[in-house]
Amino acid sequence: MSPETTSATEPAGGPPRRLQAQSKRYGERAIQGSLAFCAVLSVLTTTAIVVSLLIPTLEFFDTVTVREFLTGTDWSPQFEPAQFGVLPIVVGTLSVALWGMLFAIPMGLGAAVFLSEYASPRVRKAVKPVLEVLAGIPTVAIGIFAVSFILPEVIVPLWPGDFLGGASGKPFMALAAGLGIGLMIVPIIASLSDDAMRAVPRGLHEGAYALGATRAKVATRVIFPAALSGIVASIVLAISRAVGETMIVVLAAGSNPNLTFNPVESIQAMTSYIATTATGDVATGTNDYKSIFAVGALLFVMTLVMNLISIRLVRRYREVYE
Amino acid sequence: MESGAGAPRNRLAVAGARATTAAMLRDQPRGDVVRNALFAGVLLAAVLVSLVGLAALLVQAFVEGAPALSTDLFTNPPSTINPETAGYRPAIVGSLLLISGVILIVVPVGVGAAVYLEEYADSTRWWNRLVELNIQNLAAVPSIIYGILGLGFIVRGPLDLGFILAAGSMTLALLVLPMVIIAAREAIRAVPDSIRQGSLALGATQWQTVRRQVLPASIPGIATGVILAVSRALGETAPLLLVGATVFVTFDPTPFGSDGYSAMPVQIFNYALRPQEEFQTLAFAGVIVMLVVLLAMNSFAIWLRNRYEQRW
Repeated sequence: MSPETTSATEPAGGPPRRLQAQSKRYGERAIQGSLAFCAVLSVLTTTAIVVSLLIPTLEFFDTVTVREFLTGTDWSPQFEPAQFGVLPIVVGTLSVALWGMLFAIPMGLGAAVFLSEYASPRVRKAVKPVLEVLAGIPTVAIGIFAVSFILPEVIVPLWPGDFLGGASGKPFMALAAGLGIGLMIVPIIASLSDDAMRAVPRGLHEGAYALGATRAKVATRVIFPAALSGIVASIVLAISRAVGETMIVVLAAGSNPNLTFNPVESIQAMTSYIATTATGDVATGTNDYKSIFAVGALLFVMTLVMNLISIRLVRRYREVYE
Repeated sequence: MESGAGAPRNRLAVAGARATTAAMLRDQPRGDVVRNALFAGVLLAAVLVSLVGLAALLVQAFVEGAPALSTDLFTNPPSTINPETAGYRPAIVGSLLLISGVILIVVPVGVGAAVYLEEYADSTRWWNRLVELNIQNLAAVPSIIYGILGLGFIVRGPLDLGFILAAGSMTLALLVLPMVIIAAREAIRAVPDSIRQGSLALGATQWQTVRRQVLPASIPGIATGVILAVSRALGETAPLLLVGATVFVTFDPTPFGSDGYSAMPVQIFNYALRPQEEFQTLAFAGVIVMLVVLLAMNSFAIWLRNRYEQRW
């Protein structure tokens, strides 16, 4: 871009003008720098999360071995002597997430297929915002609903007798929290799966109908498999959300570390341990305090892995039709 | 097509052909018809279960909480001994201050990051892709981890601000920042390139183009994203529990005061934990207030988007 050196292409009307700005745009560069800083802040946030989790966790593992932490089955940090086997609260988290997904996957996928294949545009316009409302309800409200309605009015009456110990007389249970979490994540699965199914090219639709398939067959044998990776990505995202949920579990599942998948027992999840310990009487610097960070680190790693899987799946499904 | 005397005959012929084709196609095997109807029924049931669940939640909240709805709710401080005169005042003030702080942080930083990523960054460079991946990951980190971040970095650690409301604001701002960045990016991306090219062709610098053409055009989308992010921040409890919103306060909190602060969802949680019937009613009343506010905010955001959305 230095016109002074070209000779053969010189225009006839005098020396060529430079098209670049006359002054170095320091203002522009300053603005670009500050905008870049805003973007980099996100990387800083992740770094800060990792650092704030890592340092107390490493200190924690000075006194408690990693094997004892990850494979021990006794979680009693407040007792003497304190035991730090994390399995009970991990199983608690997984139990609640399991019951939540058992509810949310059929309901969410059913709603998604209904919205994308069966619903008229008017019905869609009415139902979609309602699902968004469900997604926006504060988790405190869902937790209160789970413990004061789902548990006594839905689970206790419908539970078959003494199966697995019976449901009566239990103020907290994993199933109540699971159903509350399930209700919360139905919109995630429904909305993302619906998007995935709508992204399938019309040609597949039309072709299937032209070949004489019924609506049910088209939905289940053609569209659903075509959108499968998007649907699976939405389910993985929903699991990650269920694992990370705090308030519903604190309110409805109890605070009793119990190594069981029994739905009518009360358990403690990783998130509720962090919440109840941090708000209780725990002095900074003790092993109790550091256990908060160790459990938090484990939770962060679990959800990070799930999110990366989900992102990879979404990227893969997007490429297929591009 | 002939008109006049031949038209009724043509219409009759078309109607007859249509009826015959329909009759032929209607001859679906009985099993198929039944199976289809059953499947549609199952799907409808799935949708209805969720809707009924939502309805049950709303109805229970309104029925249980209605007795406690009064102006006292908004003007009285909470109390452990006297549920009849307990209210939510410090929590309401706290929530308002918290989200004001969140807006102050999240709008410049979020829009700034979105502008950088959309307008200035070369998306083939690895560090820009790292930033994008980062934002996607942060959007899905559990909220309590942000509480731990706040506890370890803002309240204690390097910033060491103590358990003040500003720390809660910063924690919530970090929580919703990814949402705002993603929404702002969508809004900026929707502005057609021809606007930018035209502006640059007329001699404007890149920042002038952004400030005078791109940003004004994307404000409705950005505003919608900010409102939705703020309504998420309003309903979050877990991170606040870790950064100090558990102190039982009876006075109005201040942003930098070290006497403690509270927020609506935390106060609701506090009341819900107590066994007495009256406190449970208060908890439901608080839920009603929050639901009404959140519904109003979300409806406003959707109205904003529909009203000012520009079709290029």
